[in-house]
Amino acid sequence: MSNAKMIQSDISSVLTSQEMAEIDHELEHIPYKSGAAIDALKIVQAGRGWVSDECLQAIAKYLDMSPEELEGVATFYNLIYRRPVGEKVILFCDSVSCWISGCDSVKQTISDTLGVDYGETTADNRYTLLPVPCLGACDRAPVMMVGDDLVTHIDDNKISALFAVSKVEGQS
Amino acid sequence: MEKVLTRNIEPGKAPTDMAAYEANGGYQGLRKAMSGMSPLDCREVVSASNLRGRGGAGFPTGMKWSFVPMDDKCTPGHKYLVCNADEMEPGTFKDRLLMEYDPHQLIEGMILSAYCIGADISYIFIRGEYIVAIERLRKALEECYAKGYLGENILGSGYKLDMYVHPSAGRYICGEETALINALEGKRANPRAKPPFPQVSGLWGRPTIVNNVETLCNIPHIIDHGAEWFKSLGVGEDAGTKLFGVSGRVKNPGCWELPMGTPIREILENHAGGMQDGLQLKGFLPGGGSTDFLTKDHLDLAMDYNVIGKAGSRMGTGTMIILDDQTCPVGMVLNLIRFFAHESCGFCTPCRDGLPWSRQVLEDIEQGRGRAEDLDTLEYQINYIGAIGNTHCALAPGAMEPLQSALKYFREDFERHISGGCCPYHLAKGA
Repeated sequence: MSNAKMIQSDISSVLTSQEMAEIDHELEHIPYKSGAAIDALKIVQAGRGWVSDECLQAIAKYLDMSPEELEGVATFYNLIYRRPVGEKVILFCDSVSCWISGCDSVKQTISDTLGVDYGETTADNRYTLLPVPCLGACDRAPVMMVGDDLVTHIDDNKISALFAVSKVEGQS
Repeated sequence: MEKVLTRNIEPGKAPTDMAAYEANGGYQGLRKAMSGMSPLDCREVVSASNLRGRGGAGFPTGMKWSFVPMDDKCTPGHKYLVCNADEMEPGTFKDRLLMEYDPHQLIEGMILSAYCIGADISYIFIRGEYIVAIERLRKALEECYAKGYLGENILGSGYKLDMYVHPSAGRYICGEETALINALEGKRANPRAKPPFPQVSGLWGRPTIVNNVETLCNIPHIIDHGAEWFKSLGVGEDAGTKLFGVSGRVKNPGCWELPMGTPIREILENHAGGMQDGLQLKGFLPGGGSTDFLTKDHLDLAMDYNVIGKAGSRMGTGTMIILDDQTCPVGMVLNLIRFFAHESCGFCTPCRDGLPWSRQVLEDIEQGRGRAEDLDTLEYQINYIGAIGNTHCALAPGAMEPLQSALKYFREDFERHISGGCCPYHLAKGA
């Protein structure tokens, strides 16, 4: 009993009451607690940007799963981040239609402009650059997501406009 | 041609809301079904229409549904309808259009399909990157609940259905229907062994149907206008219309709704505007990254499942990827194999270890380190990894399709890489 209480307090010292309420909401239409594993990871990531070890352990306890099992789920999915990311994640499409349309050199320009390669975050913490499977906008290749926005027909001008404006915003 | 799936779609303009959808005949199929048609009646219309799955496999939709136990053959409990909106096949960009611009068409199709199989819960399993589509579908769902098209006692029929939008956390393999079900259950998305098939034991061990977005979007029109009307839309062997797409270095890449059986040449030349100036067509993948190459000799074939199948490829998703004469075929195949190797779920050895091996061999060839025996190694891999039954699911055999056909049609290009010790296309570009 006291052990269970301690575990409960552990969880609530990590997860916010809003996060737990959102996970409970998902559980309403899921027959087993572990069935909400991916939803819970996404809920926590939505507010914090990524899923820390501490959060992962708290979610596992909340869903009656072992941390190892949840880690297996978390690391399977490319949109669950187990390391901190910048304010916006750039999901850069390197699949076949974008490749034909010259995405390799576009990616190089982005890397040069921001000073990061895949898996890295800019020094000002604004962007993390990651590759992503085909974004389903092949008629407008090359494409990428910057945060929630789809950017199409990427070229040098777009890259400098996009990231130069962001830099100005960052300074103000 | 009569527009069916895209009648409400004009990219760049506002998406269709409930009022606009209904003003153009929307929810007529649902009203018709709920006022006197039994689930079996509806299913028979769909079976008679010869609708085939638009996700890539082309399996007859009515037959897929017929395996779901109905009434007293089914123990009490939930049944599920899942929309596969995990569009991630390289070069495929059709479902995005349908969801972003006409979300109600998909929802009406799902309500009707769920009714056909007696499902009481349905999910739209959509890739997480489709932010706009997720938002618009959620808004459309709210409109449906408000109107009584979802929830308890739909249109006074006594039928009850709940629907949820479920954004995915990524990975190409989730497009495989049993992997998708595992993802919906919060697990790693490894495909499941079949049998049991999802129609009998799917989500949470209950009967489940997984259908592609475009497949489901056809259902309201089939119920509303009938099977004969639907069959009359095709100009070849197959029924209905299809969203065909073209990407690559053509003048006007895009996605168009055309009759099933439209000749490839018409799609490529009339709609995509032909090749960009200075470029020649070298080959194309007819329906996404995991279909075999075809060449200019195949341009007069009709885009029908069996016609493309007989030519040695698959119609797949119907979105073509064009290879021009100044793009390296070895580089293109390497890009595809790199993708599939990265997206392997890691469950079975031929896929987990075999695809990275193929990637390594192709990298060596592309970067000028290739040896003559590498082509034999690739043939060995194709025969082993590509054989159905050696792998747990269709991912790795699909990956072998562009590779085996590239070796067949563009073998000289592979040999020039090896004999010249470099990529001739890079040389030509001065890279």
